[in-house]
Amino acid sequence: MNSAEPVERGFWNDTGTTGISSWIFSSDHKRIGLLYFYSTFGFFLVGVVLGLLLRIELMAPGRTIMGPQTYNALFTVHGVVMIFLFIIPGFQGSFGNLVMPIQIGARDVAFPRLNLFSWWLYMAGAVIILTSLVTGGGPPDTGWTFYVPFSARTGTNVSLAVFGVFIIGFSSILTGLNFVTTIHRLRAPGMSWDRLSLYVWSLYATAWVQILATPILAITLVLVMAERMLGTGLFDPAKGGDPLMYQHLFWIYSHPAVYIMILPAMGVVSDIIPVFSRKPIFGYKFIAFSSLAIAAFGSLVWGHHMFTSGMSDRAVMVFSFLTFIVAIPSAIKVFNWVSTLYKGSISLEAPMLFALSFIILFSIGGLSGLILGAAATDIHVHDTQFVVGHFHYVIFGGAGFAFFAAMHYWLPKFYGRRYAEKPAVMAWTLMFIGFNVMYFTMQVLGMRGMPRRYYDYLPEFARLNLVATIGSWILATGLIIMVVNLFRGLWWGPPFSGNPWGGATLEWSTPTPPPTENFLEEPTVTHGPYDFSALEREVIKTGEETA
Amino acid sequence: MNPARLMSTTDAIDPVFMFIFGACLVLLIGITVVMLYFVVRYHRSRAPVATSQNDGNAWLEAVWIVLPTLLVLAMFYYGWAGYLSLRNVPAGALEVTATARQWSWSFSYANGRTSPKLYVPVGKAVKVNLVSLDVIHGFFLPAFRVKRDIVPGMKNYAWFVANKAGSYDLFCSQYCGTGHSAMITTVEALPAAAFEEWLEKVPEGAEHHGHDILEKYGCLGCHSEDGTVKVGPSFKGLWGKSVTVVTKGMERTITVDEAYLRRSILEPGADVVKGFPAIMPPFALKAEELGSVLAYLKGLK
Repeated sequence: MNSAEPVERGFWNDTGTTGISSWIFSSDHKRIGLLYFYSTFGFFLVGVVLGLLLRIELMAPGRTIMGPQTYNALFTVHGVVMIFLFIIPGFQGSFGNLVMPIQIGARDVAFPRLNLFSWWLYMAGAVIILTSLVTGGGPPDTGWTFYVPFSARTGTNVSLAVFGVFIIGFSSILTGLNFVTTIHRLRAPGMSWDRLSLYVWSLYATAWVQILATPILAITLVLVMAERMLGTGLFDPAKGGDPLMYQHLFWIYSHPAVYIMILPAMGVVSDIIPVFSRKPIFGYKFIAFSSLAIAAFGSLVWGHHMFTSGMSDRAVMVFSFLTFIVAIPSAIKVFNWVSTLYKGSISLEAPMLFALSFIILFSIGGLSGLILGAAATDIHVHDTQFVVGHFHYVIFGGAGFAFFAAMHYWLPKFYGRRYAEKPAVMAWTLMFIGFNVMYFTMQVLGMRGMPRRYYDYLPEFARLNLVATIGSWILATGLIIMVVNLFRGLWWGPPFSGNPWGGATLEWSTPTPPPTENFLEEPTVTHGPYDFSALEREVIKTGEETA
Repeated sequence: MNPARLMSTTDAIDPVFMFIFGACLVLLIGITVVMLYFVVRYHRSRAPVATSQNDGNAWLEAVWIVLPTLLVLAMFYYGWAGYLSLRNVPAGALEVTATARQWSWSFSYANGRTSPKLYVPVGKAVKVNLVSLDVIHGFFLPAFRVKRDIVPGMKNYAWFVANKAGSYDLFCSQYCGTGHSAMITTVEALPAAAFEEWLEKVPEGAEHHGHDILEKYGCLGCHSEDGTVKVGPSFKGLWGKSVTVVTKGMERTITVDEAYLRRSILEPGADVVKGFPAIMPPFALKAEELGSVLAYLKGLK
């Protein structure tokens, strides 16, 4: 392995302090981005292990490795960790922080110290959630949705877990504020709105959702704590309360939260596909506008989580209608991505493979979402394994695979070293196969009537559950190869410099790794983010591993 | 086929599934095939340079905005129409009340008959009124494409018709705690005459038979009669056994006797067996029912 020291160390060297405090007290968006990356990705790996344990339990009917209470706690913690500790903070916090300020030609975000504070809030919330697992009545067993009255009655440690999520909510709001301000105020000369990369556009739309929707989650969680500690009865019919009101409040945030997870992923894909096709993105304005449309309409569809709840039939009609409307901007994006490939010059390197598989997996997830949006068919598959399969297609196959694409595309830029290509492709192949074996099977199980959150199941579901569990092992094998290859490359791999992929966005015009304030001199932007003809490209072949 | 056959919920919902799945399949195959074709045709080995720098086409955008809009509006319409058929109960439906609790089902009929399984006559619409005694449960009949949450304090209902005799799965679909996945029973669809006979029959000595009372109150959802440990301790061999219980936070060892069992039914939070969660709700059994149960448990070796 070629382990020659890269010539430049950029922001890695340039700091007044050393050791851990040069990271955890740094206000440099790149260092904060890496803090977020390692903490969120670390929690992702924890969530993966929990998910694998759940699949092992389900590989055969009856008790396999744990009892029902443990299983219920595990799927709750799996959901809380993956959603609140990984995918919601993950994209904005890590790749939003690392890339966005450079892509708009700024030296940092608008409020660098607030940015650091957001990370600290996130970590504080994470520690509180972890504490809730080992104290009080044990880990929460409510599911990540914390539905009342069950969450108000269970003896497990719901209040503390909910409080941790509440704290993380503030981190999310502050990051949103920071990003909106940064994108409005700190664009370099010449960086007009129609020259922003589509990744920045997606972060911008996401940031507004964070600012507007998260406070509703915060107040809802406070109400759950009040219900448990003070017996306020807001959600208790015996005291004049209403359990459905909780569901409305919860989903008013938690449905838009799905767009917090998926919009940045769409942005990453919109950035990667043109670069590896050497062709401008097709329909720039339509993709940018559809991000805003998704953010706006996505805030009005929460009721589709409640078609079976007993909500009025008229509400079912309205929410079903709006749900179908929000499908349209997603379809626009898919058609434009595919059209970008037409007459391009396509290179299937690891970031591109992840980005293209995003399109397929997201399409399967989105199309199965149409089954859930239609009132008649939702009734049958609601609360079954079909839903579990559906949202893993969207959030893992979609947001997760885009996150891996971003890791392969951007992390070498910040390390000045790169991973080996062949193992990365092998990892991707295994993950893509394992993913479909696992989650497509779960959708079939749901169609056949197996409910979700079932510790045990009837013998008729046994064979398909075994197939899904085997899929989870294939997926995990690919994931291990990916993680080992990627980090080995980033820490000890061959140098990575210049603009090997030929990107036209600003991060590829600054040294690798970027210097502390990103640019040696303030850039003046003269062309759009996908204008490859204007790019004075010097394709530098990096020493790719041949051994 | 019988011309008087009622249109079942399955008949109403399945065409909607076929329509949406069909459309989705066409779209998915279309997207995948076009993408794979482009990737192969314009791979850098065949196309060293991009032969177009085209960055958009307003007509194409218009086409792929308008066509999907029409398609999803059609899906919305069929979805809504199918949903209405789940909500509109045919006239003359048999009414049954389903009572859900953690973690058992009880179905009661107009004549006072109760049962842990949902017996219905073939070919007759059944309206199920859904009552929860504690948290939210879900009434889910996969074979009939029917699902409705059972929300405490709300009057929800569902209806279905079984056009063929047989036994169909009934699941709790809304997560309700430790015993959620054990909260399953069946719909037993009987020919009309057999159903009438079942409905009118009062099982011999049922009121006094301990096992039937345990079944009626859903005790067996958590406590087995064969020694299997479920959510709570098994009833088998319980009488006379020495167990450690937690009373007001203090551990003590007691011997299971009539007084202990009586208190554990009427006031389950008083002494909780160590190692089990304190989640059992109180059951207000009548004095004679309690007597039958205690006599039955005593004999359950």
